[in-house]
Amino acid sequence: MSSTFDQIATIIAETCDIPRDTITPESHAIDDLGIDSLDFLDIAFAIDKAFGIKLPLEKWTQEVNDGKATTEQYFVLKNLCARIDELVAAKGA
Amino acid sequence: MQIEYFQLIDRIIDLNIGEKTITVEAQVPEKSTIFEGHFPGYPIMPGVLLTEAMAQSSGWLLLGLMKFERMPFLAMIKEAKMRGFVSPGQLLTIDAKIEHEGSGFAVTSAKVRVGNELKCSADLTFRHIPFPHPDLRVHMDAMAHKIGFPQQAMTHE
Repeated sequence: MSSTFDQIATIIAETCDIPRDTITPESHAIDDLGIDSLDFLDIAFAIDKAFGIKLPLEKWTQEVNDGKATTEQYFVLKNLCARIDELVAAKGA
Repeated sequence: MQIEYFQLIDRIIDLNIGEKTITVEAQVPEKSTIFEGHFPGYPIMPGVLLTEAMAQSSGWLLLGLMKFERMPFLAMIKEAKMRGFVSPGQLLTIDAKIEHEGSGFAVTSAKVRVGNELKCSADLTFRHIPFPHPDLRVHMDAMAHKIGFPQQAMTHE
């Protein structure tokens, strides 16, 4: 079974036509990979379907806008994967 | 259909909040300045307007699901396929259903038929936000009344 990161990297590569080998756990989806908000909707759709969750994008965006969180907390891929793992675990609890 | 005002949906035939589906009708006018240019001697409904009609149908469905608390805006069109010409005077039946409800966005699929003939289809993504201006909410309420939007689907119980 592939890791969360492998699945996310594949989704990003296929959705945004980004070479898979340029995507690392340290990549920032916005700053490093250049993914814009519209492309991220597509990615969120694919992640929601693949993991059976609902990424709380609005909550995250609000937290960033309010200065309560940084974009790194949600959009550096290793952190995004950790959030996804938490959501999957919460779903199964 | 008031084509020049982009008011493409005439009436809601069925809105099923539980199944997350909608069916609407739209009567293409016999005459419009649009048909004078698209095309001389062979008037057909532009594909972009058929796509817009699918988006508006999906939009009414989303408004119902969100109890008119948020307004959906078209963000992405995928797999738009124009399968046959639509002529002035034809009655469109448009079906839309929810494919996914995300956080601040939703994905629908929609299709346009004339009779039993499938004319076009598309997958559509919408962002939705709280109504950005009270005038827009008033307008959407008036439009909902005009097209027969079920009143019980407009408010929270």
